[in-house]
Amino acid sequence: MTDATAPESQAPRAGTLFAPDNRPRRRNAAERRFRAYGLTAVGLSILALVVLLSSVIGNGAGAFRQTFVEIPLTLDARIVDPKGNRNIDEMKKVTTIGYGRQLEASMVAAVAAAGLKTEGISDKDIAGLLSKEAAATLRNRVLANPALVGETITFRALANGRVDGFFKGRVTMESAELDSNVTPEQLGLAQRMREAGLITLAFNPDFLLGSDASEVRPEAAGLGVAILGSAYMMIIVLVLALPIGVAASIYLEEFAPKNRWTDLIEVNIANLAAVPSIVFGILGLAIFINMMGLPQSAPIVGGLILTLMTLPTIIIATRVSLAAVPPSIRDAALGVGASRMQAVFHHVLPLALPGILTGTIIGMARALGETAPLLLIGMVAFVREYPAAPPEGFFDPASALPVQVYNFTQRADPAFVERASGAIIVLLAFLICMNAAAIILRRRFERRW
Amino acid sequence: MSLGTLVLAVLILSAAAFVAGRRFALSRAGGDPRRLHSLPGHYGQHAALLTAVPALALLVLWLGVQPLVIELRVATLLPATDDATTASLAMAEVRRISEGLDRLVVAEGLSDRDLAALTPEGLAPRLRAVGAAVADITPQTLDAARAHRALQASFGLWMSVLVLGASLGGVALALLRTAPDFRARNVSERFIMWILIAASLVAVATTVGIVLSLVFETMHFFRLYPAQDFFFSLTWNPQFRGGSDLGIWPLLWGTIYISIIALVVAVPIGLLTAIYLSEYAGPRTRGWAKPAIEILAGIPTIVYGLFALITVGPALRDWFAQPLGLGSSSSSVMTAGLVMGIMLIPFISSLSDDIINAVPQSLRDGSYGLGATQSETVKQVILPAALPGIVGAILLGASRAIGETMIVVLGAGAAAKLSMNPFEAMTTVTVKIVSQLTGDTEFASPETLVAFALGLTLFVITLVLNVLALYIVRKYREQYE
Repeated sequence: MTDATAPESQAPRAGTLFAPDNRPRRRNAAERRFRAYGLTAVGLSILALVVLLSSVIGNGAGAFRQTFVEIPLTLDARIVDPKGNRNIDEMKKVTTIGYGRQLEASMVAAVAAAGLKTEGISDKDIAGLLSKEAAATLRNRVLANPALVGETITFRALANGRVDGFFKGRVTMESAELDSNVTPEQLGLAQRMREAGLITLAFNPDFLLGSDASEVRPEAAGLGVAILGSAYMMIIVLVLALPIGVAASIYLEEFAPKNRWTDLIEVNIANLAAVPSIVFGILGLAIFINMMGLPQSAPIVGGLILTLMTLPTIIIATRVSLAAVPPSIRDAALGVGASRMQAVFHHVLPLALPGILTGTIIGMARALGETAPLLLIGMVAFVREYPAAPPEGFFDPASALPVQVYNFTQRADPAFVERASGAIIVLLAFLICMNAAAIILRRRFERRW
Repeated sequence: MSLGTLVLAVLILSAAAFVAGRRFALSRAGGDPRRLHSLPGHYGQHAALLTAVPALALLVLWLGVQPLVIELRVATLLPATDDATTASLAMAEVRRISEGLDRLVVAEGLSDRDLAALTPEGLAPRLRAVGAAVADITPQTLDAARAHRALQASFGLWMSVLVLGASLGGVALALLRTAPDFRARNVSERFIMWILIAASLVAVATTVGIVLSLVFETMHFFRLYPAQDFFFSLTWNPQFRGGSDLGIWPLLWGTIYISIIALVVAVPIGLLTAIYLSEYAGPRTRGWAKPAIEILAGIPTIVYGLFALITVGPALRDWFAQPLGLGSSSSSVMTAGLVMGIMLIPFISSLSDDIINAVPQSLRDGSYGLGATQSETVKQVILPAALPGIVGAILLGASRAIGETMIVVLGAGAAAKLSMNPFEAMTTVTVKIVSQLTGDTEFASPETLVAFALGLTLFVITLVLNVLALYIVRKYREQYE
């Protein structure tokens, strides 16, 4: 291993301890260089983390604030209730196109009342400052409360995605020149409306609670269905993976004889932990959907796949914490007449519980961020309806948070970049909470023997 | 009876069986627990297990088998074909119509007679109105759908009856066996042991499921598409009209190229980070830097994918690719490789950290005693001693890189090419699995089935790398123990 007995080192040396020759200087320089390399590597890793997080947060923070237009609006009975009898079934025949006309009139009136210049902007363009979703919002509000017809209400609606982008700096006058969806004149009007207080930027709860919207209305897209779908899958993972994982670990750690067969199971679990996640997606597609006929894009299939993926993590964590319980506990239990099963379930398992739960939470956090296998089981489908309450809801189509991020990235409108990053912030917030819970659990309850 | 109610019923029955078993045992012993072989609770446990476990096992088994049996029986009603594609398409249509009929019954309040009198004419729009995506309906498919629906209803009924029967049978058997000298503890513990064993077999079943589904569909693929073309052709050009070229090499090249770039980024940085943190850094630096780097490991890959798509890709294109005239695509091998490298840093560094810490202190002390500097000790003593473990870590990292999906889906592009230019968009095995299997999947065309062959290739490659890594690490560990 040492090549230090090279002949030249035996040549007479000029230096003394007081006047070092080149060799120690070289060795010290090498030492400093090596140290600098190490420090650079650490710095680069930290830098990567900082750039990654700040890029996502910088891009996504805007998604939580949205541009709203707030105008007084008199609901014209001739438009929204042409028969004039407040019959809800007949009012339902008025489509969003009718409400669109109502909105257009109110927008023009509101802009005129505020005394804003509108030269060169058609009435249609003024109404175009509103989101295409606004008419449906208004319609739902009127149908929910027909007494509003004829009244003057304050109507607050999402602004068009381009207007929103303008106030967030994503859309500029120059880019609007080339854009068929918005004109610079419209943006100028929007700017004046903001100064007049008709347009405000405010926190948008619908980003967290609302459902996804079509490709042309990025401003209305929300994460509600995705969050619910992810929550359903996490319930399934918890209900299935925790008992199965704990049962498997108890057998392997406490009861299994050491033979070829249990060796095989152990190697198997270790390898399963390293199988690429997409392979689990193929498994789910082939077995759960094709063979067993479970519905596509349903949380039940996603939950089952994620359960299988999480199992190795839980088994490994559980076995470590079971092994950490000292044998004296088992011996004491057996000594007072407990069976082996009683010793494990009454004494060892409760002591190992904090470690097991920590491992479970970490496994679930990993499952929450998993995307690739869910793409294969049809979770990319565009889902607007919220799934029903469990257990029936487990079979309804739903989305999942990371898949929703992927979905947003596949859409053309640049406003979806902000949405995708915002969705990532939500995802990371959930992950931070779960990991924090795991750390607290470990700090508070884990015993060192 | 819906599934939820059925499970709930079995669970309630099992709770009742616990109470009943306990009481019954006590009453058989004349109210004196000392005359029982086991504690009264064990008799209850025994009754509860016998009530719930066989019934629930039957339920799971039934749910797995039922669709297969129904489809076999319904298939006889459809016009016979030799072609697997046509058969599976027809079956899917039957399932959709059957589901549509269910909704129609609810929406329009049809009676069984109305249902039997339905004719194919004008039915499709009605089904579409209730949200069933049916195409056209022929008399045969309608009959098959009716049969499908009827079978489903009767099977559902049978399932409820049998599951509840098994459950009640369990109660009866348990109570019949209950007697003061019945060894309830031993019996119920043996029962629990079998449950534990079954749970540990889930992992094996998963592996078997993966291998079987991959192998089965891959064989199906090779019947439709020659294997030598798949393994040796240099073009990847799927056509949905048939006549595709499905050579794996362009995909494999993209995968390998991206993984090499990722490892070139991750191995030096990860290794030097681990060396610095374990050999040089003080406890305070180590205390904050190590968790910070481990945060990188906890970030989901979709986040890295988005980072590649919106930050790294455009930056590389504007600062390197375009000025150097190497390309104008923001998704490229370099983008995906760099970001994947960042993802692998914590993986490599934490594995190497463990391995470096496992090198005995005596080796370091010996080296210092001979007058070596710290860096000389690291380079000439620690690294050679830790080398097998580090090689294992790199192999595991390579296996992660090859199997990674979201970063390459968002960062590498979709064009299958054999090119050396790192700023060009290329594609990988995982990207193509995703793109061939998302959207409409009809399991009969080679263009879809190729995904299974790709999956099997991926599975085999990663498995070999993992096993090799484990082998090397295990072999190395023996040196110091």
